Amino acid sequence: MDHYFELIIAAIFINNILLAKFLGCCPFLGVSKKMDTAVGMSAAVVFVLTLAGVITWVVSRYVLVPYNISYIRTLAFILVIATLVQFVELFLRKSIPVLYKSLGIFLPLITTNCAVLGTAIINIQEDYSLLETIVFSVASAVGFGLALVLFAGIRERFEITRIPKALEGTGIGLVTAGLMALSFFAFKGMV
Amino acid sequence: MSTIVSEFTKGLWKEIPPFRLVLGLCPVLAVTTTMENGLGMGLSATFVLVCSNVLISALRKVIPDEVRVACYIVVIATFVVCVEMITKAYFFQLSESLGLFIPLIVVNCIILGRAEAFARKNGVVKSLADGLGMGLGFTLSLTVIGIVREVFGAGKLDLLFGDTVFIAEPFDFLQQAPGAFVVLGLMLAGMNILGRIID
Repeated sequence: MDHYFELIIAAIFINNILLAKFLGCCPFLGVSKKMDTAVGMSAAVVFVLTLAGVITWVVSRYVLVPYNISYIRTLAFILVIATLVQFVELFLRKSIPVLYKSLGIFLPLITTNCAVLGTAIINIQEDYSLLETIVFSVASAVGFGLALVLFAGIRERFEITRIPKALEGTGIGLVTAGLMALSFFAFKGMV
Repeated sequence: MSTIVSEFTKGLWKEIPPFRLVLGLCPVLAVTTTMENGLGMGLSATFVLVCSNVLISALRKVIPDEVRVACYIVVIATFVVCVEMITKAYFFQLSESLGLFIPLIVVNCIILGRAEAFARKNGVVKSLADGLGMGLGFTLSLTVIGIVREVFGAGKLDLLFGDTVFIAEPFDFLQQAPGAFVVLGLMLAGMNILGRIID
């Protein structure tokens, strides 16, 4: 039990997927201008990242490794993720239209979110078991969501703040992200 | 001829990624702790970008519009697998230090972005020039960021052929994750000021 707790804390705070591992920076800067889009994106990522983690683990364990074709892992994983995203989109539109409406526009963007592919590859590289994969994927996605939502909260304040002309837009966003990463750094000693 | 030259040079200054085109930031932030890593990452991405741009532009009339993004991803992923194998075989040290970020070239927004915005509408030669320019611009940016972080963060500079020059007192912050964001943010601001002076 302790082991899983450690895995969760480490994935959310210490090795935060965004601020310490730099995975998923494009949506981080792209959709963090407004709070509700940030929340929508986070929810979509939690959903897809967990599913993708499990499916790529199964594909790797039962297809790639037995047939000795691990070298096409990148190609196989990105295809699985792209198909999965498309499938999730179709499924949600048919069966849970409310959820589809709130996640809809973010789903296609997730295919090129490197947090998803990155976590899938980390799961394999670290040789996680299926349960560990699930725990790690959920925790990583929650870490992503936490950083994104916090960042969106700060970024909304920029609207009413005077910012040096040269730093406007992405520049100040990156510096802010740096300071956020610094505060997440303080968790380093926890586990 | 002049259009081909301008397609090439726009990637080096006017639309230089990742400063002007703020895309594909993950490797920019993650691997630029040293000049060598920045250069290696830049060249790997350039290889994939040039090859995928050429192939996609050559196949642009064959690829059906509805499934084009899936086709692009397959093309890009194929070249990424090539790069993975080449770096593992010939540049093992580099492949170890870039690690996860070599397979992640697949989801680098610049590459898919150029396929979607340029290669699918233009001829092979033009796409080659575009890919080469964008790729070299990307390499240049990564190398410069790498130099800044290595010189000020580690206080030294590893030249490519084994010599190490010690320059400044190390400021460790720049070598770590938060420093990457701050360096890139400030360099972006610097580029904005420079751009305004030149224009």
